[in-house]
Amino acid sequence: MSIFAWIETFEGKASPTSWEALGAAKSLATSLNTDVTAVILGQGATDIASEAGAYGADNALVCDDTTLEPYRLEPYAALLSQLVSEHNPKAVVAVASTSGRELLASSAADTNSGMIGDVTELSIDGDDLIAVRPAYAGKVTSTVKASGATTFVTLRGRAFPTPEKGTGTATVTQVSPVLAADDITTQIESLESESESVSLTDAAIVISAGRGMANNPNAAPADAADATVWKAQDGFANVIQPLADTLGAAVGASRAAVDAGYIPYEHQIGQTGKVVNPDLYIAAGISGAIQHQAGMRGSKVIVAVNKDAEAPIFKLARYGVVEDLYDFLPALTAELKKRLGK
Amino acid sequence: MTLHIVTFTRSTPDTAAKVEVDGSGNVVWDAANVVNPWDEYALEEAIVQAKNTGGKATVIAVGDDSHEEALKHSLAMGLNEAIRVTEESANMGDSLIWSTLAAGAVQKLGDVQLAIFGKEAIDTQTDQHIYQTARKLGWTVLSFVSKILELDADAGTIKVERAVEHGKQTVTAKLPVVISVVKGINEPRYPSFIGIRKASKATIPVWGASDLGIELPQAPTEVLSYENPPARDITTEIIEGATIEEKATKLVDKLLEEKVL
Repeated sequence: MSIFAWIETFEGKASPTSWEALGAAKSLATSLNTDVTAVILGQGATDIASEAGAYGADNALVCDDTTLEPYRLEPYAALLSQLVSEHNPKAVVAVASTSGRELLASSAADTNSGMIGDVTELSIDGDDLIAVRPAYAGKVTSTVKASGATTFVTLRGRAFPTPEKGTGTATVTQVSPVLAADDITTQIESLESESESVSLTDAAIVISAGRGMANNPNAAPADAADATVWKAQDGFANVIQPLADTLGAAVGASRAAVDAGYIPYEHQIGQTGKVVNPDLYIAAGISGAIQHQAGMRGSKVIVAVNKDAEAPIFKLARYGVVEDLYDFLPALTAELKKRLGK
Repeated sequence: MTLHIVTFTRSTPDTAAKVEVDGSGNVVWDAANVVNPWDEYALEEAIVQAKNTGGKATVIAVGDDSHEEALKHSLAMGLNEAIRVTEESANMGDSLIWSTLAAGAVQKLGDVQLAIFGKEAIDTQTDQHIYQTARKLGWTVLSFVSKILELDADAGTIKVERAVEHGKQTVTAKLPVVISVVKGINEPRYPSFIGIRKASKATIPVWGASDLGIELPQAPTEVLSYENPPARDITTEIIEGATIEEKATKLVDKLLEEKVL
């Protein structure tokens, strides 16, 4: 009755947030007096297994087969479901990344198991798992009980600590894939990578901007299709991005900024965008509608920069700066560069 | 071959609503219900793809009669048929129950080749029911689809662009498939006046587990309680200073003290 932790990999490396899942699995295992098994599929699985050992895994089930690289749901779910059927773990834990969500839910369905997604607290009560998770876009939370042989759990990224890296080793068992190449009907034709930007859901610092981006004092060129959009985009490129680069931060945006075409949807934070959990969230030129709050209220420290002192975002912020973002952010970037030695 | 597309919807509180837990532990909100915002894109895509392929599109809601509103909205937008699936004795909040009913309904329809979901349900705040429906059907699932590049009913193939964590992925799969779509895939239409009138008169069939010929499993999960999130104990400190530079210096001092830099 082990606890499984799925270690997500990308291009032969473990996704750093996977160790949060391993740590949460370890806590469950300790409560149940059992061990932790890291499930590592794809390129470099055996090397990653020794890293998993250092982070606290007792065992590792590894499969480095060409059908598992790059990640596709079908072969991964087929193999995970089989491993769960063979080993009957009490729980399978992963981070609620795009892959973690679909993989665990799929295996839960395959094995007729319970599934609780996007969990922020996790504990054991007798034979049951008790989890706390957000509902209604984080406006309320719910406490959920799962019973049954195995429960699948995805964790909200950054809600659980990364365990200390030690000197432990995991007992490695090689396993075989379930699906042959011909059984897999999904074919990846291309991946247009955006690897140079910091992922919003993993970011420790997020700098987000909103409607205020239109106040750029720079004049749009005569041939700009839309002067307001040009100003906002110029602001994202020349005011927001340099600050993000200085801080190693991810760039977010309010729905208003996305809907106005200032920045692509991938950057939207809020109820119909991404939910972020950073240590520091800087909201620039964002008024702070309830939908936006739903996506960022879990941030540890919130800084609001807005020229409107009455903006609702100030009620949520730890620190407020009542200034136009175009005046304040360049000064902040300069100061940070000086202080952080960049 | 004409394509039968199924899409799913549900009624959820308006995104601008204040949602809270009242003294009895019930979740209450102060605004009308709307169509789950993500579903609007799924409904639009189903209409467009059905039209492009000369097929038809059916919308399904799994749950109690509060979801009739979303179904009527769907019909008013132009979906061909609407069905509600529910089982009063079951715990519909469990995704395994939900997806077993959803898959049962798709199987009862019989000729469906494509099921389209919005990325996530905003109230239960989950997408797991989408993948679970696909697995119960034994179909491939393509999540986070930002564009359908090709849909060939005769060849039985689909090619889509997915917005995944590491970038934009182009992927092909064989039908039947379940897809989940993200914002930006289209611009959802507003229901027409005639559509609204027609939808208001529609009688929506309700199917239970026995109509689907399925037996539901025991629900493995149960919500014990809802809670209001702990109030954020925040004292906002407005950074004052004679100059912009002075404010920047003070803010950086504070952030270094907070150890978030």
